[in-house]
Amino acid sequence: MAIFALSFENLYSPAMSQVIQNKSIRKIFRLLLAGMLLLSFSTVKANEEGGEKFDAGKMIVEHISDAHDWHLWGEHDHAVSVPLPIILKSEKGLHFFMSSAFHHDIEGKHVVENNGERFVMLHNHIYYAADSATAEGGYVTVNEKGEATNAAPLDFSITKNVFAMLVSIALLLWIFLSVAKAYRRREGMPPAGMQSLVEPLIIFVRDEIAKPSIGPKYKKYMPYLLTVFFFIWINNLLGLVPIIPGGANVTGNIAVTMTLAIITFVITTISANKNYWQHVFAMPGVPVGVLVLLTPIELLGVFLRPFVLMIRLFANITAGHIIALSFFSLIFIFGEMSTGLGLGVSVFSVAFVIFMSLLELLVAFLQAFVFTLLSAIYFGAAVEEHHHDHHDAHEGAHSH
Amino acid sequence: MELIKPSIGLIFWMSVSFFTLLFILRKFAWKPILNMLDEREQNIAEALNTAKKAREEMASLKADNERLLNEARLERDRMLKEARDTRDAIIAESKDKAQQEANKIMAQTRETIRTEKNAAITELKNQVASMSIEIAGKILRTELGNDEKQKSLVQDMLKDIKMN
Repeated sequence: MAIFALSFENLYSPAMSQVIQNKSIRKIFRLLLAGMLLLSFSTVKANEEGGEKFDAGKMIVEHISDAHDWHLWGEHDHAVSVPLPIILKSEKGLHFFMSSAFHHDIEGKHVVENNGERFVMLHNHIYYAADSATAEGGYVTVNEKGEATNAAPLDFSITKNVFAMLVSIALLLWIFLSVAKAYRRREGMPPAGMQSLVEPLIIFVRDEIAKPSIGPKYKKYMPYLLTVFFFIWINNLLGLVPIIPGGANVTGNIAVTMTLAIITFVITTISANKNYWQHVFAMPGVPVGVLVLLTPIELLGVFLRPFVLMIRLFANITAGHIIALSFFSLIFIFGEMSTGLGLGVSVFSVAFVIFMSLLELLVAFLQAFVFTLLSAIYFGAAVEEHHHDHHDAHEGAHSH
Repeated sequence: MELIKPSIGLIFWMSVSFFTLLFILRKFAWKPILNMLDEREQNIAEALNTAKKAREEMASLKADNERLLNEARLERDRMLKEARDTRDAIIAESKDKAQQEANKIMAQTRETIRTEKNAAITELKNQVASMSIEIAGKILRTELGNDEKQKSLVQDMLKDIKMN
Protein backbone atom coordinates (compact mmCIF):
# COMPACT_ATOMS: atom_id res chain seq x y z
CA MET A 1 0.00 0.00 0.00
CA ALA A 2 2.96 2.30 0.60
CA ILE A 3 3.84 2.32 -3.08
CA PHE A 4 0.24 2.99 -3.92
CA ALA A 5 0.11 5.95 -1.57
CA LEU A 6 3.37 7.18 -2.97
CA SER A 7 1.94 7.51 -6.44
CA PHE A 8 -0.88 9.68 -5.17
CA GLU A 9 1.54 11.86 -3.30
CA ASN A 10 3.60 12.24 -6.46
CA LEU A 11 0.61 13.66 -8.26
CA TYR A 12 0.03 16.09 -5.49
CA SER A 13 2.44 18.59 -4.04
CA PRO A 14 5.94 18.05 -5.40
CA ALA A 15 7.69 19.64 -2.44
CA MET A 16 5.79 17.60 0.16
CA SER A 17 6.11 14.35 -1.73
CA GLN A 18 9.85 14.83 -2.04
CA VAL A 19 10.16 14.61 1.73
CA ILE A 20 7.68 11.78 2.12
CA GLN A 21 9.16 9.93 -0.83
CA ASN A 22 12.66 9.91 0.59
CA LYS A 23 11.43 8.81 3.98
CA SER A 24 9.07 6.13 2.78
CA ILE A 25 11.46 4.84 0.14
CA ARG A 26 14.01 4.30 2.85
CA LYS A 27 11.40 2.62 5.00
CA ILE A 28 10.19 0.36 2.20
CA PHE A 29 13.74 -0.45 1.29
CA ARG A 30 14.60 -1.51 4.84
CA LEU A 31 11.44 -3.56 5.20
CA LEU A 32 11.87 -5.29 1.88
CA LEU A 33 15.51 -5.95 2.55
CA ALA A 34 14.78 -7.53 5.91
CA GLY A 35 11.96 -9.57 4.40
CA MET A 36 14.04 -10.76 1.49
CA LEU A 37 16.95 -11.76 3.70
CA LEU A 38 14.66 -13.82 5.91
CA LEU A 39 12.95 -15.38 2.92
CA SER A 40 16.16 -16.30 1.16
CA PHE A 41 17.45 -17.93 4.34
CA SER A 42 14.38 -20.09 4.76
CA THR A 43 14.26 -21.06 1.09
CA VAL A 44 17.88 -22.03 1.06
CA LYS A 45 17.27 -24.19 4.12
CA ALA A 46 14.16 -25.74 2.61
CA ASN A 47 15.98 -26.50 -0.59
CA GLU A 48 18.79 -28.18 1.23
CA GLU A 49 16.29 -30.37 3.04
CA GLY A 50 13.91 -31.06 0.17
CA GLY A 51 16.56 -31.13 -2.52
CA GLU A 52 14.14 -29.62 -5.03
CA LYS A 53 15.78 -27.23 -7.51
CA PHE A 54 14.41 -23.66 -7.81
CA ASP A 55 12.88 -23.12 -11.24
CA ALA A 56 12.73 -19.37 -11.96
CA GLY A 57 10.74 -19.72 -15.20
CA LYS A 58 8.10 -21.87 -13.57
CA MET A 59 7.84 -19.56 -10.58
CA ILE A 60 7.45 -16.47 -12.76
CA VAL A 61 4.84 -18.00 -15.04
CA GLU A 62 2.91 -19.21 -11.98
CA HIS A 63 2.95 -15.70 -10.56
CA ILE A 64 1.78 -13.90 -13.66
CA SER A 65 -0.80 -16.53 -14.65
CA ASP A 66 -4.27 -16.76 -13.31
CA ALA A 67 -4.92 -19.22 -10.46
CA HIS A 68 -7.88 -20.84 -8.76
CA ASP A 69 -6.65 -19.89 -5.30
CA TRP A 70 -4.63 -17.01 -3.94
CA HIS A 71 -1.31 -18.53 -3.08
CA LEU A 72 0.43 -16.80 -0.14
CA TRP A 73 3.47 -18.91 0.76
CA GLY A 74 4.75 -22.49 1.03
CA GLU A 75 4.78 -25.33 -1.46
CA HIS A 76 2.48 -28.32 -2.03
CA ASP A 77 1.17 -29.71 1.25
CA HIS A 78 2.68 -26.84 3.26
CA ALA A 79 1.15 -24.18 1.03
CA VAL A 80 -0.95 -21.46 2.59
CA SER A 81 -3.45 -19.86 0.27
CA VAL A 82 -6.75 -18.01 0.25
CA PRO A 83 -9.37 -20.37 -1.20
CA LEU A 84 -11.55 -18.93 -3.95
CA PRO A 85 -14.91 -20.16 -5.23
CA ILE A 86 -14.89 -22.50 -8.19
CA ILE A 87 -17.84 -22.37 -10.56
CA LEU A 88 -18.05 -24.99 -13.30
CA LYS A 89 -20.59 -25.69 -15.99
CA SER A 90 -20.85 -29.31 -17.06
CA GLU A 91 -23.54 -31.23 -18.87
CA LYS A 92 -25.04 -32.06 -15.51
CA GLY A 93 -25.41 -28.40 -14.57
CA LEU A 94 -23.50 -25.95 -12.43
CA HIS A 95 -20.93 -26.94 -9.82
CA PHE A 96 -19.94 -24.74 -6.90
CA PHE A 97 -17.17 -25.53 -4.45
CA MET A 98 -14.13 -23.88 -2.92
CA SER A 99 -10.68 -24.30 -4.42
CA SER A 100 -9.47 -25.67 -1.10
CA ALA A 101 -11.28 -28.91 -2.07
CA PHE A 102 -8.29 -29.73 -4.30
CA HIS A 103 -5.88 -29.54 -1.34
CA HIS A 104 -3.29 -27.53 -3.35
CA ASP A 105 -3.02 -30.40 -5.84
CA ILE A 106 -2.02 -29.21 -9.32
CA GLU A 107 -0.92 -32.55 -10.73
CA GLY A 108 -4.36 -34.03 -11.33
CA LYS A 109 -4.11 -36.48 -8.45
CA HIS A 110 -6.83 -35.27 -6.10
CA VAL A 111 -10.34 -35.91 -7.39
CA VAL A 112 -13.20 -33.67 -6.25
CA GLU A 113 -16.69 -35.07 -6.64
CA ASN A 114 -19.47 -32.54 -6.96
CA ASN A 115 -23.01 -32.84 -8.25
CA GLY A 116 -22.32 -36.20 -9.91
CA GLU A 117 -19.13 -35.13 -11.74
CA ARG A 118 -15.50 -35.81 -10.85
CA PHE A 119 -12.93 -33.04 -11.33
CA VAL A 120 -9.16 -32.79 -11.08
CA MET A 121 -6.85 -29.81 -11.32
CA LEU A 122 -3.78 -29.88 -13.58
CA HIS A 123 -1.65 -26.71 -13.53
CA ASN A 124 -4.57 -24.45 -12.69
CA HIS A 125 -6.87 -26.01 -15.28
CA ILE A 126 -9.82 -28.11 -14.21
CA TYR A 127 -10.58 -31.29 -16.14
CA TYR A 128 -13.01 -34.15 -15.80
CA ALA A 129 -11.16 -36.90 -13.95
CA ALA A 130 -10.47 -40.13 -15.78
CA ASP A 131 -12.12 -43.29 -14.42
CA SER A 132 -8.85 -44.76 -13.25
CA ALA A 133 -5.50 -43.31 -12.24
CA THR A 134 -2.45 -43.42 -14.51
CA ALA A 135 0.82 -45.03 -13.47
CA GLU A 136 1.92 -41.77 -11.81
CA GLY A 137 -1.30 -41.59 -9.80
CA GLY A 138 -2.91 -38.78 -11.78
CA TYR A 139 -6.35 -38.80 -13.33
CA VAL A 140 -5.33 -36.77 -16.38
CA THR A 141 -3.70 -38.22 -19.46
CA VAL A 142 -1.13 -36.02 -21.10
CA ASN A 143 -0.05 -36.27 -24.76
CA GLU A 144 3.49 -35.92 -26.04
CA LYS A 145 3.16 -32.12 -26.30
CA GLY A 146 2.37 -31.93 -22.61
CA GLU A 147 -1.30 -31.06 -23.19
CA ALA A 148 -4.07 -32.74 -21.25
CA THR A 149 -6.34 -34.90 -23.40
CA ASN A 150 -9.18 -35.01 -20.87
CA ALA A 151 -12.37 -33.10 -21.55
CA ALA A 152 -12.82 -29.93 -19.50
CA PRO A 153 -15.94 -28.26 -18.10
CA LEU A 154 -16.61 -24.58 -18.79
CA ASP A 155 -14.76 -22.75 -16.04
CA PHE A 156 -16.45 -19.64 -14.63
CA SER A 157 -14.56 -19.69 -11.36
CA ILE A 158 -13.80 -16.62 -9.32
CA THR A 159 -10.09 -16.92 -9.98
CA LYS A 160 -7.30 -14.81 -8.53
CA ASN A 161 -7.65 -12.30 -11.39
CA VAL A 162 -11.44 -12.17 -11.14
CA PHE A 163 -11.15 -11.63 -7.41
CA ALA A 164 -8.52 -8.90 -7.81
CA MET A 165 -10.64 -7.29 -10.50
CA LEU A 166 -13.70 -7.31 -8.24
CA VAL A 167 -11.62 -5.68 -5.52
CA SER A 168 -10.47 -3.02 -7.97
CA ILE A 169 -14.06 -2.44 -9.07
CA ALA A 170 -15.17 -2.09 -5.46
CA LEU A 171 -12.35 0.40 -4.97
CA LEU A 172 -13.34 2.33 -8.10
CA LEU A 173 -16.98 2.42 -7.07
CA TRP A 174 -16.06 3.57 -3.58
CA ILE A 175 -13.75 6.32 -4.87
CA PHE A 176 -15.99 7.70 -7.58
CA LEU A 177 -19.35 7.36 -5.88
CA SER A 178 -18.01 9.20 -2.85
CA VAL A 179 -16.44 11.81 -5.12
CA ALA A 180 -19.73 12.22 -6.99
CA LYS A 181 -21.45 12.64 -3.63
CA ALA A 182 -18.89 15.24 -2.65
CA TYR A 183 -19.66 17.14 -5.87
CA ARG A 184 -23.33 17.19 -5.03
CA ARG A 185 -22.71 18.15 -1.42
CA ARG A 186 -20.15 20.84 -2.19
CA GLU A 187 -21.92 22.31 -5.20
CA GLY A 188 -20.30 25.48 -6.45
CA MET A 189 -17.39 25.14 -4.06
CA PRO A 190 -13.77 24.31 -4.86
CA PRO A 191 -12.87 20.59 -4.72
CA ALA A 192 -11.54 19.09 -1.49
CA GLY A 193 -10.01 15.79 -0.39
CA MET A 194 -10.45 12.92 -2.83
CA GLN A 195 -12.19 15.31 -5.21
CA SER A 196 -9.07 17.36 -5.74
CA LEU A 197 -7.16 14.14 -6.36
CA VAL A 198 -9.37 12.75 -9.13
CA GLU A 199 -10.62 16.00 -10.60
CA PRO A 200 -7.37 16.84 -12.42
CA LEU A 201 -7.38 13.31 -13.86
CA ILE A 202 -10.99 13.56 -15.01
CA ILE A 203 -10.22 16.94 -16.57
CA PHE A 204 -7.06 15.46 -18.08
CA VAL A 205 -9.08 12.67 -19.74
CA ARG A 206 -11.64 15.17 -20.95
CA ASP A 207 -9.35 17.98 -22.13
CA GLU A 208 -6.20 16.11 -23.20
CA ILE A 209 -7.70 12.86 -24.48
CA ALA A 210 -11.36 13.13 -25.43
CA LYS A 211 -11.68 16.69 -26.73
CA PRO A 212 -8.66 16.80 -29.06
CA SER A 213 -9.10 13.20 -30.31
CA ILE A 214 -12.85 12.99 -30.81
CA GLY A 215 -13.88 16.57 -31.37
CA PRO A 216 -17.31 18.07 -30.69
CA LYS A 217 -19.00 14.69 -30.16
CA TYR A 218 -16.69 13.74 -27.27
CA LYS A 219 -19.37 13.84 -24.58
CA LYS A 220 -20.99 10.58 -25.62
CA TYR A 221 -17.70 8.70 -25.12
CA MET A 222 -16.64 10.26 -21.83
CA PRO A 223 -18.15 7.58 -19.52
CA TYR A 224 -16.37 4.76 -21.35
CA LEU A 225 -13.06 6.63 -21.61
CA LEU A 226 -13.09 7.59 -17.94
CA THR A 227 -14.08 4.11 -16.82
CA VAL A 228 -11.45 2.41 -18.96
CA PHE A 229 -8.76 4.88 -17.89
CA PHE A 230 -9.36 4.47 -14.17
CA PHE A 231 -9.98 0.72 -14.45
CA ILE A 232 -6.67 0.13 -16.18
CA TRP A 233 -4.76 2.54 -13.97
CA ILE A 234 -6.10 1.18 -10.66
CA ASN A 235 -5.51 -2.40 -11.75
CA ASN A 236 -2.00 -1.55 -12.94
CA LEU A 237 -1.29 0.05 -9.57
CA LEU A 238 -2.82 -2.82 -7.60
CA GLY A 239 -0.63 -5.17 -9.63
CA LEU A 240 2.41 -3.39 -8.17
CA VAL A 241 1.29 -3.92 -4.58
CA PRO A 242 2.92 -7.13 -3.45
CA ILE A 243 0.31 -8.22 -0.88
CA ILE A 244 -3.24 -9.48 -1.25
CA PRO A 245 -5.50 -8.13 -2.83
CA GLY A 246 -2.76 -6.55 -4.92
CA GLY A 247 -0.15 -8.34 -6.93
CA ALA A 248 -2.50 -10.07 -9.35
CA ASN A 249 -1.73 -9.57 -12.99
CA VAL A 250 -5.19 -8.37 -14.07
CA THR A 251 -4.23 -5.88 -16.78
CA GLY A 252 -1.43 -8.23 -17.81
CA ASN A 253 -3.95 -10.92 -18.59
CA ILE A 254 -4.84 -11.40 -22.24
CA ALA A 255 -8.52 -12.12 -21.48
CA VAL A 256 -8.90 -8.77 -19.70
CA THR A 257 -7.10 -6.74 -22.34
CA MET A 258 -8.96 -8.61 -25.07
CA THR A 259 -12.31 -7.75 -23.50
CA LEU A 260 -11.36 -4.09 -23.24
CA ALA A 261 -10.03 -4.01 -26.81
CA ILE A 262 -13.20 -5.68 -28.09
CA ILE A 263 -15.37 -3.10 -26.32
CA THR A 264 -13.35 -0.31 -27.95
CA PHE A 265 -13.66 -2.07 -31.31
CA VAL A 266 -17.44 -2.53 -30.92
CA ILE A 267 -17.98 1.10 -29.92
CA THR A 268 -15.82 2.25 -32.85
CA THR A 269 -17.72 0.07 -35.31
CA ILE A 270 -21.15 1.04 -34.01
CA SER A 271 -20.45 4.76 -34.05
CA ALA A 272 -18.64 4.68 -37.40
CA ASN A 273 -20.24 6.97 -39.99
CA LYS A 274 -20.25 6.89 -43.76
CA ASN A 275 -17.03 8.86 -43.93
CA TYR A 276 -15.21 6.21 -41.86
CA TRP A 277 -16.29 3.28 -44.05
CA GLN A 278 -15.52 5.28 -47.14
CA HIS A 279 -11.97 5.72 -45.89
CA VAL A 280 -11.73 1.99 -45.24
CA PHE A 281 -13.25 0.62 -48.44
CA ALA A 282 -12.71 3.40 -50.96
CA MET A 283 -10.24 6.02 -49.82
CA PRO A 284 -11.33 9.22 -51.54
CA GLY A 285 -8.94 10.57 -54.10
CA VAL A 286 -7.10 7.27 -54.60
CA PRO A 287 -7.11 5.60 -58.05
CA VAL A 288 -8.85 2.24 -58.39
CA GLY A 289 -5.59 0.40 -59.09
CA VAL A 290 -4.16 1.51 -55.76
CA LEU A 291 -7.45 0.82 -53.97
CA VAL A 292 -7.08 -2.87 -54.78
CA LEU A 293 -3.98 -2.80 -52.60
CA LEU A 294 -5.09 -0.22 -50.09
CA THR A 295 -8.54 -1.54 -49.16
CA PRO A 296 -7.33 -4.89 -47.80
CA ILE A 297 -4.68 -3.06 -45.77
CA GLU A 298 -7.24 -0.61 -44.40
CA LEU A 299 -9.65 -3.44 -43.67
CA LEU A 300 -6.90 -5.32 -41.89
CA GLY A 301 -6.10 -2.15 -39.99
CA VAL A 302 -9.65 -1.99 -38.65
CA PHE A 303 -9.07 -5.32 -36.88
CA LEU A 304 -5.40 -4.78 -36.22
CA ARG A 305 -6.00 -1.68 -34.13
CA PRO A 306 -7.92 -3.39 -31.30
CA PHE A 307 -5.52 -6.34 -31.58
CA VAL A 308 -2.53 -4.07 -31.02
CA LEU A 309 -4.43 -2.37 -28.19
CA MET A 310 -4.87 -5.78 -26.55
CA ILE A 311 -1.25 -6.85 -27.00
CA ARG A 312 0.28 -3.54 -25.91
CA LEU A 313 -1.37 -3.43 -22.51
CA PHE A 314 -0.91 -7.14 -21.90
CA ALA A 315 2.75 -7.11 -22.87
CA ASN A 316 3.68 -3.96 -21.00
CA ILE A 317 2.16 -4.98 -17.70
CA THR A 318 3.25 -8.60 -17.92
CA ALA A 319 6.78 -7.50 -18.77
CA GLY A 320 6.87 -5.31 -15.67
CA HIS A 321 5.85 -8.26 -13.50
CA ILE A 322 8.35 -10.57 -15.18
CA ILE A 323 11.22 -8.14 -14.64
CA ALA A 324 10.42 -7.68 -10.95
CA LEU A 325 10.07 -11.44 -10.45
CA SER A 326 13.29 -12.11 -12.36
CA PHE A 327 15.26 -9.92 -10.00
CA PHE A 328 13.78 -11.78 -7.05
CA SER A 329 14.57 -15.11 -8.73
CA LEU A 330 18.21 -14.10 -8.90
CA ILE A 331 18.31 -14.17 -5.11
CA PHE A 332 17.10 -17.76 -5.02
CA ILE A 333 19.28 -18.91 -7.89
CA PHE A 334 22.40 -17.52 -6.21
CA GLY A 335 21.09 -18.63 -2.82
CA GLU A 336 21.09 -22.20 -4.06
CA MET A 337 24.80 -21.90 -4.86
CA SER A 338 25.64 -20.45 -1.48
CA THR A 339 23.72 -18.67 1.25
CA GLY A 340 26.17 -15.78 1.37
CA LEU A 341 25.95 -15.20 -2.37
CA GLY A 342 22.15 -15.13 -2.13
CA LEU A 343 22.33 -12.54 0.64
CA GLY A 344 24.73 -10.41 -1.36
CA VAL A 345 22.63 -10.57 -4.50
CA SER A 346 19.45 -9.81 -2.57
CA VAL A 347 20.68 -6.28 -1.84
CA PHE A 348 21.11 -5.53 -5.53
CA SER A 349 17.93 -7.34 -6.49
CA VAL A 350 15.83 -5.38 -4.05
CA ALA A 351 17.41 -2.12 -5.19
CA PHE A 352 16.61 -3.00 -8.80
CA VAL A 353 13.07 -4.08 -7.94
CA ILE A 354 12.47 -0.74 -6.22
CA PHE A 355 13.84 1.07 -9.23
CA MET A 356 11.65 -1.02 -11.51
CA SER A 357 8.61 -0.45 -9.30
CA LEU A 358 9.07 3.31 -9.60
CA LEU A 359 9.35 2.92 -13.34
CA GLU A 360 6.25 0.72 -13.31
CA LEU A 361 4.35 3.47 -11.51
CA LEU A 362 4.98 5.58 -14.56
CA VAL A 363 4.15 2.69 -16.91
CA ALA A 364 0.91 2.05 -15.00
CA PHE A 365 -0.25 5.57 -15.74
CA LEU A 366 1.22 5.64 -19.23
CA GLN A 367 -0.50 2.44 -20.37
CA ALA A 368 -3.85 3.57 -18.99
CA PHE A 369 -3.31 6.86 -20.82
CA VAL A 370 -2.24 5.20 -24.09
CA PHE A 371 -5.14 2.75 -24.10
CA THR A 372 -7.62 5.57 -23.43
CA LEU A 373 -5.99 7.92 -25.92
CA LEU A 374 -5.96 5.33 -28.73
CA SER A 375 -9.56 4.35 -28.00
CA ALA A 376 -10.47 8.04 -28.20
CA ILE A 377 -8.55 8.43 -31.45
CA TYR A 378 -10.39 5.44 -32.97
CA PHE A 379 -13.73 6.90 -31.86
CA GLY A 380 -12.65 10.22 -33.30
CA ALA A 381 -11.84 8.59 -36.65
CA ALA A 382 -15.22 6.83 -36.57
CA VAL A 383 -17.28 9.95 -36.02
CA GLU A 384 -15.13 12.38 -37.97
CA GLU A 385 -16.94 14.29 -40.67
CA HIS A 386 -15.58 14.75 -44.16
CA HIS A 387 -12.06 16.21 -43.75
CA HIS A 388 -9.11 15.28 -45.86
CA ASP A 389 -6.36 17.13 -44.04
CA HIS A 390 -6.97 15.33 -40.75
CA HIS A 391 -6.55 11.90 -42.18
CA ASP A 392 -2.77 11.87 -42.15
CA ALA A 393 -2.64 12.96 -38.54
CA HIS A 394 -4.74 9.97 -37.53
CA GLU A 395 -2.60 7.53 -39.45
CA GLY A 396 0.45 8.97 -37.72
CA ALA A 397 -1.12 8.52 -34.30
CA HIS A 398 -1.85 4.86 -34.97
CA SER A 399 1.81 3.95 -34.97
CA HIS A 400 2.16 4.43 -31.22
CA MET B 1 1.57 -20.81 -24.46
CA GLU B 2 -0.49 -20.54 -21.32
CA LEU B 3 -0.15 -16.75 -21.11
CA ILE B 4 -1.72 -15.79 -24.41
CA LYS B 5 -4.71 -18.13 -24.17
CA PRO B 6 -7.64 -16.08 -22.96
CA SER B 7 -9.85 -18.04 -20.58
CA ILE B 8 -13.60 -17.99 -21.09
CA GLY B 9 -14.31 -17.55 -17.40
CA LEU B 10 -12.20 -14.42 -17.09
CA ILE B 11 -13.70 -12.93 -20.25
CA PHE B 12 -17.15 -13.60 -18.82
CA TRP B 13 -16.45 -12.05 -15.43
CA MET B 14 -14.51 -9.20 -16.99
CA SER B 15 -17.40 -8.34 -19.32
CA VAL B 16 -20.02 -8.63 -16.59
CA SER B 17 -18.12 -6.61 -14.03
CA PHE B 18 -16.79 -4.03 -16.46
CA PHE B 19 -20.21 -3.31 -17.90
CA THR B 20 -21.68 -3.13 -14.42
CA LEU B 21 -18.93 -0.74 -13.41
CA LEU B 22 -19.44 1.30 -16.58
CA PHE B 23 -23.19 1.45 -16.02
CA ILE B 24 -23.01 2.43 -12.35
CA LEU B 25 -20.22 4.96 -12.78
CA ARG B 26 -21.87 6.44 -15.87
CA LYS B 27 -25.13 7.01 -14.08
CA PHE B 28 -23.96 7.87 -10.57
CA ALA B 29 -20.47 9.25 -11.00
CA TRP B 30 -19.45 10.47 -14.46
CA LYS B 31 -22.68 12.26 -15.33
CA PRO B 32 -22.96 14.26 -12.08
CA ILE B 33 -19.22 14.91 -11.92
CA LEU B 34 -18.93 16.05 -15.54
CA ASN B 35 -22.07 18.16 -15.22
CA MET B 36 -20.76 19.77 -12.06
CA LEU B 37 -17.42 20.44 -13.72
CA ASP B 38 -19.13 22.00 -16.73
CA GLU B 39 -21.35 24.03 -14.47
CA ARG B 40 -18.44 25.17 -12.36
CA GLU B 41 -16.42 26.10 -15.43
CA GLN B 42 -19.36 28.09 -16.74
CA ASN B 43 -19.74 29.78 -13.39
CA ILE B 44 -16.08 30.65 -13.33
CA ALA B 45 -16.24 31.97 -16.88
CA GLU B 46 -19.29 34.02 -15.98
CA ALA B 47 -17.69 35.30 -12.80
CA LEU B 48 -14.59 36.28 -14.72
CA ASN B 49 -16.70 38.04 -17.32
CA THR B 50 -18.65 39.85 -14.64
CA ALA B 51 -15.44 40.83 -12.93
CA LYS B 52 -14.06 42.08 -16.21
CA LYS B 53 -17.20 44.06 -16.85
CA ALA B 54 -17.17 45.44 -13.34
CA ARG B 55 -13.55 46.41 -13.82
CA GLU B 56 -14.38 48.14 -17.07
CA GLU B 57 -17.32 49.88 -15.42
CA MET B 58 -15.09 50.93 -12.57
CA ALA B 59 -12.58 52.30 -15.04
CA SER B 60 -15.26 54.22 -16.91
CA LEU B 61 -16.72 55.43 -13.61
CA LYS B 62 -13.30 56.53 -12.55
CA ALA B 63 -12.82 58.34 -15.83
CA ASP B 64 -16.21 59.94 -15.39
CA ASN B 65 -15.32 60.98 -11.89
CA GLU B 66 -12.07 62.38 -13.08
CA ARG B 67 -13.83 64.30 -15.80
CA LEU B 68 -16.47 65.59 -13.39
CA LEU B 69 -13.81 66.56 -10.93
CA ASN B 70 -11.89 68.39 -13.60
CA GLU B 71 -15.03 70.13 -14.72
CA ALA B 72 -15.83 71.04 -11.16
CA ARG B 73 -12.34 72.32 -10.67
CA LEU B 74 -12.56 74.41 -13.82
CA GLU B 75 -15.96 75.68 -12.77
CA ARG B 76 -14.61 76.59 -9.38
CA ASP B 77 -11.67 78.39 -10.93
CA ARG B 78 -13.95 80.18 -13.29
CA MET B 79 -16.29 81.17 -10.47
CA LEU B 80 -13.44 82.33 -8.32
CA LYS B 81 -12.06 84.37 -11.16
CA GLU B 82 -15.46 85.81 -11.83
CA ALA B 83 -15.87 86.68 -8.18
CA ARG B 84 -12.46 88.26 -8.12
CA ASP B 85 -13.30 90.22 -11.25
CA THR B 86 -16.63 91.27 -9.84
CA ARG B 87 -14.98 92.30 -6.63
CA ASP B 88 -12.35 94.26 -8.49
CA ALA B 89 -14.99 95.82 -10.66
CA ILE B 90 -17.09 96.72 -7.67
CA ILE B 91 -14.12 98.16 -5.87
CA ALA B 92 -13.06 100.08 -8.94
CA GLU B 93 -16.56 101.34 -9.46
CA SER B 94 -16.87 102.28 -5.82
CA LYS B 95 -13.56 104.03 -5.96
CA ASP B 96 -14.66 105.91 -9.05
CA LYS B 97 -17.93 106.81 -7.51
CA ALA B 98 -16.29 107.88 -4.29
CA GLN B 99 -13.79 109.92 -6.26
CA GLN B 100 -16.55 111.52 -8.24
CA GLU B 101 -18.54 112.16 -5.11
CA ALA B 102 -15.47 113.55 -3.46
CA ASN B 103 -14.73 115.71 -6.46
CA LYS B 104 -18.29 116.84 -6.52
CA ILE B 105 -18.26 117.68 -2.84
CA MET B 106 -14.95 119.42 -3.22
CA ALA B 107 -16.28 121.42 -6.15
CA GLN B 108 -19.40 122.31 -4.26
CA THR B 109 -17.38 123.21 -1.23
CA ARG B 110 -15.07 125.28 -3.32
CA GLU B 111 -18.05 127.02 -4.89
CA THR B 112 -19.63 127.61 -1.50
CA ILE B 113 -16.39 128.90 -0.15
CA ARG B 114 -16.01 131.15 -3.12
CA THR B 115 -19.59 132.46 -2.80
CA GLU B 116 -19.26 132.84 0.93
CA LYS B 117 -15.99 134.59 0.45
CA ASN B 118 -17.49 136.96 -2.11
CA ALA B 119 -20.42 137.55 0.15
CA ALA B 120 -18.10 138.20 3.04
CA ILE B 121 -15.97 140.46 0.95
CA THR B 122 -19.01 142.31 -0.25
CA GLU B 123 -20.33 142.59 3.28
CA LEU B 124 -16.93 143.64 4.48
CA LYS B 125 -16.79 146.23 1.70
CA ASN B 126 -20.24 147.44 2.58
CA GLN B 127 -19.39 147.59 6.22
CA VAL B 128 -16.10 149.27 5.50
CA ALA B 129 -17.93 151.71 3.24
CA SER B 130 -20.57 152.45 5.79
CA MET B 131 -18.00 152.62 8.51
CA SER B 132 -15.91 154.90 6.30
CA ILE B 133 -18.90 157.11 5.65
CA GLU B 134 -19.69 157.14 9.29
CA ILE B 135 -16.11 157.87 10.15
CA ALA B 136 -15.98 160.42 7.38
CA GLY B 137 -19.18 161.89 8.61
CA LYS B 138 -17.84 162.00 12.16
CA ILE B 139 -14.57 163.39 10.96
CA LEU B 140 -16.35 165.88 8.87
CA ARG B 141 -18.55 166.83 11.72
CA THR B 142 -15.47 167.20 13.92
CA GLU B 143 -13.27 168.90 11.34
CA LEU B 144 -15.85 171.17 9.93
CA GLY B 145 -17.42 172.07 13.19
CA ASN B 146 -16.12 175.65 13.13
CA ASP B 147 -15.94 178.14 10.32
CA GLU B 148 -12.27 178.43 10.36
CA LYS B 149 -11.67 174.96 9.49
CA GLN B 150 -14.31 175.05 6.81
CA LYS B 151 -12.62 178.02 5.23
CA SER B 152 -9.13 176.47 5.26
CA LEU B 153 -10.52 173.42 3.70
CA VAL B 154 -12.17 175.32 1.02
CA GLN B 155 -8.95 177.09 0.60
CA ASP B 156 -6.99 173.91 0.27
CA MET B 157 -9.43 172.58 -2.17
CA LEU B 158 -9.35 175.59 -4.19
CA LYS B 159 -5.57 175.45 -4.23
CA ASP B 160 -5.78 171.97 -5.61
CA ILE B 161 -8.23 172.98 -8.23
CA LYS B 162 -5.95 175.82 -9.27
CA MET B 163 -3.14 173.43 -9.81
CA ASN B 164 -5.28 171.39 -12.01
